[in-house]
Amino acid sequence: MSIPAHLLYTKDHEWALVADDGTVTVGITDFAQEALGGVVYVELPSEGTDLNAGETFGQVESTKSVSELFAPISGAVAETNDRLTTEPELVNSDPYGAGWMVKIRPESSDFANLIDAQAYEAHVAANGH
Amino acid sequence: MGDTILRRTPLFSEHLASGGQMVEFAGWEMPVQYAGRGVVAEHEATRNAAGLFDVSHMGEIVIDGAGAVEEVNHLVTNDVSTLGIGEACYALLCHPDGGTVDDLFVYRLDVERFLICVNASNKDKDFAHMRAYALKPSRVVDRSGDFAQIALQGPKASEILELVSPGEAIGLPRNRIRVHDFHGANILVATTGYTGEAGFELYTPPEIAADLWRALLEAGKPFGISPVGLGARDTLRLEMGYALYGHELDDNTTGLEAKVGWAIKLNKPHGFVGRAALVAAKAAGPRKRLVGLRMLDRGIARDGYAVWHDGVEVGVVTSGTHSPSLKCAIALAYVPPALAELGTVVEVSLRGQLRKAEVVTFPFVAAG
Repeated sequence: MSIPAHLLYTKDHEWALVADDGTVTVGITDFAQEALGGVVYVELPSEGTDLNAGETFGQVESTKSVSELFAPISGAVAETNDRLTTEPELVNSDPYGAGWMVKIRPESSDFANLIDAQAYEAHVAANGH
Repeated sequence: MGDTILRRTPLFSEHLASGGQMVEFAGWEMPVQYAGRGVVAEHEATRNAAGLFDVSHMGEIVIDGAGAVEEVNHLVTNDVSTLGIGEACYALLCHPDGGTVDDLFVYRLDVERFLICVNASNKDKDFAHMRAYALKPSRVVDRSGDFAQIALQGPKASEILELVSPGEAIGLPRNRIRVHDFHGANILVATTGYTGEAGFELYTPPEIAADLWRALLEAGKPFGISPVGLGARDTLRLEMGYALYGHELDDNTTGLEAKVGWAIKLNKPHGFVGRAALVAAKAAGPRKRLVGLRMLDRGIARDGYAVWHDGVEVGVVTSGTHSPSLKCAIALAYVPPALAELGTVVEVSLRGQLRKAEVVTFPFVAAG
């Protein structure tokens, strides 16, 4: 199971990448995509939507189930990954790359919900299965 | 959840060996999908090549002896007196008020010997119902423990079965049942199934089920066979618009409303349990109608989601998924008869948001 060291994570199995311009790219982790199975549909908010940390901002679905996506930080949606409309399986094949979901312009630099790779790995080991 | 011990079929080890992801279903530990494959791949394998399903959890009730034809005809909605030996039909078991106890398949094994295959989730309920309403209860015997069951479905099913257990059933039309040999044991081979593809349901003694499963997987390898879990079993049947008890059929729903009125023979001699209520229901007209839905807006309509029309909540989705074959969201739903016309646009509530859907016909895909 892949947990890239340079990313930040949430306990809800999402990853966050802080870019130089301050925007934060978000997706779900390798652990999450594997637990979900084949993704057939992703529902994302429209650009400009205001998100509050910890609240639902969308869903990722397999044939059998629906999983909520939780905003890791507060901010506005700057961009969504349109490719997921026609290629939702990218979430499975490339969860940290082409399977990214939203880019958020954060409200502040307070990323209280985010933990580092080591902490996330420990979290998965303790709770994941 | 408490410490329920789940039942395991004779194929449990086979599922683990194939990477089966086990879940609870009707008190059994069953594979929902297999690692390295998944619902979509297993579904596509069944439509394009062959799928192998463990359906040993289903119930088998045998009614035999003098008067068995009358007995079965008294209990189920279809007319089994028209079945030749080795023929089968779909039927319903009804409450006296016309509501559905279960949907099932009746196989005529001999002049006065019937095998009835019932849903795993309803086996005890069905047996108790049959015993309660039977003209002669001692004729009704629960034989579920004597059978394991494997389904082999798909365009390559006949070729694969020919290699493992050749016999009369291969090449027969649908809804037949014959005895074949497998390693010296008798197995019942039925040309029935729940996928819409050509194929077989194999009723075997539990002791040889694992051998048969392995033999079919081995023989089927060059054809592209895949073990298939409950996840794909559901997407396959849903594409065909086949009812799943607990969703399209339940104690408060008649077969007439569920669009399986063709399996209800109101005019067969001597009637059946529930007939009077169904005659009245037919005369009164349906309270609701089962329709197919195709999403027009984005999103997947799922079991339990409300159906709306003109600002009013009018019905409910009974089953829904992303169709692997059609690559779009499909669903079955109950709506008022006035909204059941093809092309009617309704809305489905997806987590509070109303999304448009169109009433379409089902099956959603053509049978194989």
